[in-house]
Amino acid sequence: MTRFILARCGQSALVLLVMSFVIYSLIGLMPGDPIDVMIASNPGATPEVVAHLRAIYGLDQPILLRYGHWLAAALRGDFGYSRTHAQPVLTVLLPALLQTCKLMLTSFVVSVVLAFALGVWASLKPGGVADSIISLFAFAGISVPVFWLALVLILVFAVTWHVLPASGIGTFGDGGVTDQLRHLILPVTTLALANIGSFTRFIRAAMIETMRMDHIRTARAKGAGERRVVLVHALRNAMIPVVTVIALSFGGLFSGALITETMFAQPGMGKMIYDAILGNDFNLALTGLLFATLVTLLGNLLADLAYGWLDPRIKL
Amino acid sequence: MRRDRAVSPWQLRWRRFRAHRTGMGSLAVLLLLVLFVASAHPVAWWLAVDPYETDLLSQYAPPSAAHPLGTDDAGRDELVRLMLGGQISLLVGVLATAVGSVIGLTIGVISGYFGRRLDAVLMRFTDGMIALPLLPLLIVLGALDLTKLGFSAEFAHSAAAGFWRVVIIVALVDWTGIARLTRAATLSLKERDYVRSARASGGRPAYIMTAHILPNVATPLIVAVTLTVGRVILFESVLSFLGFGIVAPTPSWGNMLNNAQELVTTAPALAIYPGLLIFITVIAVNFLGDGLQHAFDPRSER
Repeated sequence: MTRFILARCGQSALVLLVMSFVIYSLIGLMPGDPIDVMIASNPGATPEVVAHLRAIYGLDQPILLRYGHWLAAALRGDFGYSRTHAQPVLTVLLPALLQTCKLMLTSFVVSVVLAFALGVWASLKPGGVADSIISLFAFAGISVPVFWLALVLILVFAVTWHVLPASGIGTFGDGGVTDQLRHLILPVTTLALANIGSFTRFIRAAMIETMRMDHIRTARAKGAGERRVVLVHALRNAMIPVVTVIALSFGGLFSGALITETMFAQPGMGKMIYDAILGNDFNLALTGLLFATLVTLLGNLLADLAYGWLDPRIKL
Repeated sequence: MRRDRAVSPWQLRWRRFRAHRTGMGSLAVLLLLVLFVASAHPVAWWLAVDPYETDLLSQYAPPSAAHPLGTDDAGRDELVRLMLGGQISLLVGVLATAVGSVIGLTIGVISGYFGRRLDAVLMRFTDGMIALPLLPLLIVLGALDLTKLGFSAEFAHSAAAGFWRVVIIVALVDWTGIARLTRAATLSLKERDYVRSARASGGRPAYIMTAHILPNVATPLIVAVTLTVGRVILFESVLSFLGFGIVAPTPSWGNMLNNAQELVTTAPALAIYPGLLIFITVIAVNFLGDGLQHAFDPRSER
């Protein structure tokens, strides 16, 4: 068990390291560089001054060397300064990370619970009325552009009916929990709807597959009630493939969070990365992307552990 | 007698597909959509409108005989813009899927055929890719400065570069599913007798892979490729919406929603049309994939 966890952690660390280099190189290829941004407001900067600045900041060095310096600093916990926020990157990023985790976890729980209910219900009678309606709903969930779904929800609930706030995480001057929850409803709904579709389809497929297995027949033969057969004997086995698929969806969940946060003006990681890229805030964008990768990898790791716990045949 | 005639596998598949109602329905919807976007120029000529000319005096005009769906924020005809935007969105969908499939097929066949170390490395790479948060990565790729990659400034800012950039970056992130399926199919194919004998009689790996393995991998991939088209259209739309994909003046269903915050209050209908078209297209593509799945692999149902 310990060996397995260690090996998986090592693997994730390797992916993170490789990604840090890829992202570092890509950020270097974005328009402008820190010096351009610095001299943009200073028309008096001569080419000599620019060259000097470049040398000071090490921008004239080869990329591998620069990456090495950055990595050494990052490992000490120094990710540099955010240009647009004029604060250390971590100071800006950590509250945003918390906000995103709140959004992601809430919608994750909502979508998984609903998807299990819908998926199991649909699998009871494949081809039946409930199955057809749930399938249509699932297909719609997979096919809808998330940003447009957010737009429609804003249009209906905030602009037309005025029942829910369209943006932000709380009304100014009102720090109440109810108010904060009201601000979470639309973003969570959007993100959850975006994920329910594929989850439901996987759960339905896994349940139909499992219901055909011998141990289900045995359970029935031994006189287990239908409820017990479905909820205990089938569901537990169907969960094994589902957990893997859901685990791999963490990356997609983060992508969805980026769209949702941008649409509802939530101060989370996704919106922060988006704004950082728009605003040439290189340090913030780089660190934000790395943290997004880290969150995704951690999600995958947890799912691997859950997998081993669910399936006793797998010896960790 | 009809029953006596031999039926080819493709005829069988077509028959099964025809029996799949939602599959046939979505095929019809997709054909209608293609017809819709293809009629952009005739309709523009018929209405005598220039979809690129801005006219700030007739901003957000309500629907009229001259502009059946009204005009957008720059006074351009919304209907013709929707048709033109659809051309771009559908074209990106098909082309990016094609490029992504080539990448996926190449990696999958090589990985499955050579196995061992190479397979392990390529598959870890694929797994790593699947787990990544793709949208932030796409935004970075969409923001890259092409001149820093050695392209001329003139090319980097042209509409063609903007179009192909989207096609390529989306393809670069969406090939993993196809690679995995191809690898799995290759693993079983390479143990078949005809491949073994080709190898025994001295066929080179490149020849065996292209002549013996690829043609037999293709069929099971059709469903996966179809579903990729849907995902790619969604990727393009959100990238263009966020400003990192197709950029104005070229319309795409994604970038027509760029000023969505303004649209929801001033012209809600304009906030609905482009997204609704994306939704209809993608859901039709996904149902088509479902129908094809049924036609190609009847065991998958029930």
